[in-house]
Amino acid sequence: MSARAGNIVQPGLDVARIRADFPILHQAVNSHPLAYLDNAASSQRPLQVIDAVAEYYRSDHANVHRGVHALSQRATDAFEGARSKLRAFVNAASDKEIIWTRGTTEAINLVAQAWARPRLGPGDEILVSRMEHHANIVPWQMVCEQTGATLVVAPIDEKGEIRLDEFERLLGPATRLVAVGHVSNALGTINPVREMTAMAKAAGAAVLLDGAQAVPHMRVDVRELGCDFYAFSSHKMCGPTGIGVLYGREAILAEMPPWQGGGDMILAVSFEGTIYNDLPWKFEAGTPNIAGAVGFGAAVDYLEDIGMDAIAAREAQLLEHATRVLSEVPGLRIIGTAEHKAAVVSFVLEGIHPHDIGTIVDAEGIAVRTGHHCAMPVMEFFGVPATARASYSFYNTEEETERLAAALNKAQEMFA
Amino acid sequence: MDLKDLYRDVIVDHNRRPRNFREIEPPRCTADGHNPLCGDKLRVYLRLADDVIEDVAFEGSGCAISVASASMMTESLKGKTQSEALALFERMHDLLTGRESAAANVSELGKLAALQGVREYPTRVKCASLCWHTMKTALTGGQTVTTE
Repeated sequence: MSARAGNIVQPGLDVARIRADFPILHQAVNSHPLAYLDNAASSQRPLQVIDAVAEYYRSDHANVHRGVHALSQRATDAFEGARSKLRAFVNAASDKEIIWTRGTTEAINLVAQAWARPRLGPGDEILVSRMEHHANIVPWQMVCEQTGATLVVAPIDEKGEIRLDEFERLLGPATRLVAVGHVSNALGTINPVREMTAMAKAAGAAVLLDGAQAVPHMRVDVRELGCDFYAFSSHKMCGPTGIGVLYGREAILAEMPPWQGGGDMILAVSFEGTIYNDLPWKFEAGTPNIAGAVGFGAAVDYLEDIGMDAIAAREAQLLEHATRVLSEVPGLRIIGTAEHKAAVVSFVLEGIHPHDIGTIVDAEGIAVRTGHHCAMPVMEFFGVPATARASYSFYNTEEETERLAAALNKAQEMFA
Repeated sequence: MDLKDLYRDVIVDHNRRPRNFREIEPPRCTADGHNPLCGDKLRVYLRLADDVIEDVAFEGSGCAISVASASMMTESLKGKTQSEALALFERMHDLLTGRESAAANVSELGKLAALQGVREYPTRVKCASLCWHTMKTALTGGQTVTTE
């Protein structure tokens, strides 16, 4: 362990003050201070979010959209207020375009079942990329089985970048939908999604972007991107688990049938027929995750307070430092070396399986993810069974990377 | 928690130089073991002469614990009868999951006892037991392949 590198902090982003907001970071794991480098799997929550959820339950909880009583009104205001915050955060045109889901996975499944399934048939194609998370592969495979459509896969190169020429070549009149990740969870690659969306639109295809790994780390403007759907999760951006957002253009959402039936998604029910509710509630059957939405809203307030541009700049520093320091570890190979990357460093170490790396660095209090990262086709492409992955958030420090590098050197000695 | 209890010298050695790391030509019993969570993939081969395990080997890739466990398993099974091998499977299961009954006679297990440190690492128990489950499948005809 060493403190060679002082933390290089931009003016305006006070890492010590920020870390004080995250109680979970201040604990010992295996007798070492916790270094949490598994943010791509799930981030941690600041007190502001924890307190917002607790305060909601302590003072304001009732069911939403149902009662005339005071608590129901307060809960509804908090719930819909959170929706407005999320709408502003990604610059959607209207609150009607923000559908609450359980997370990115459910958002993608909603589009698969309520948009793609009724529209697609044999001869139609869905285009994804080789670097997708399983959540942006399997829902489309299911739709293909249900409709007879075909899943087409755009290749990537050795750096982990999309082959844009191939992507464009694979687009055609049969392409009904393009579903690609904004940022790869396994490689960190930031895809040129604005350009890809424009290409897809020129070919007449609808576009869904999986933004689970992008929204926590950079300013995202769905209208500027020009996509039809954009999906992301609260738990990767300092909010509660079990809630996420599907953004959909109002015109395209209006054409879609409901996905699940139940309370809240209806205006009137009789045994002769049911009138569905307006957007966005048409897609929100059942009592929603109200506290989750409230906490998600608080998370967005927290991120806005720091500033997404400041967050992106700080994480770029962490990535640059981590890439340099980890590259100096003998026998270490970084998987995913795209020019534009989020702060994710996936790597393999010669002679040591990633699973052993995970255990060895955990003994030093360092949390990294090991495995296939729900992206088995990516692992296959790079010819590795698994990788170890350090993924960063704005609250991480250079010192944590130094500790990781020291632990990896120790692993080398242990297996030498 | 000391990593040296998990990565004992004998385990590091068997990982670096796995014994019986090869295919056994038919006739043979074989089965595949896969731990999708960490990407461990093993194929275990057994050749039986009547009831006795005449030869045993494995191939595949995995973490140090799974490779060392498989390597040591092949050494311990040679010459054993089927019922002895299945009894050893049960004992290893007890050892890895930390049941009392096994602890008393750990020394009888010889080299295999080196794997007892795994019980302190619940996420790694499956790594050590993968080869044993695969062996059991091969032996009990789960995915037995027999050719001339």
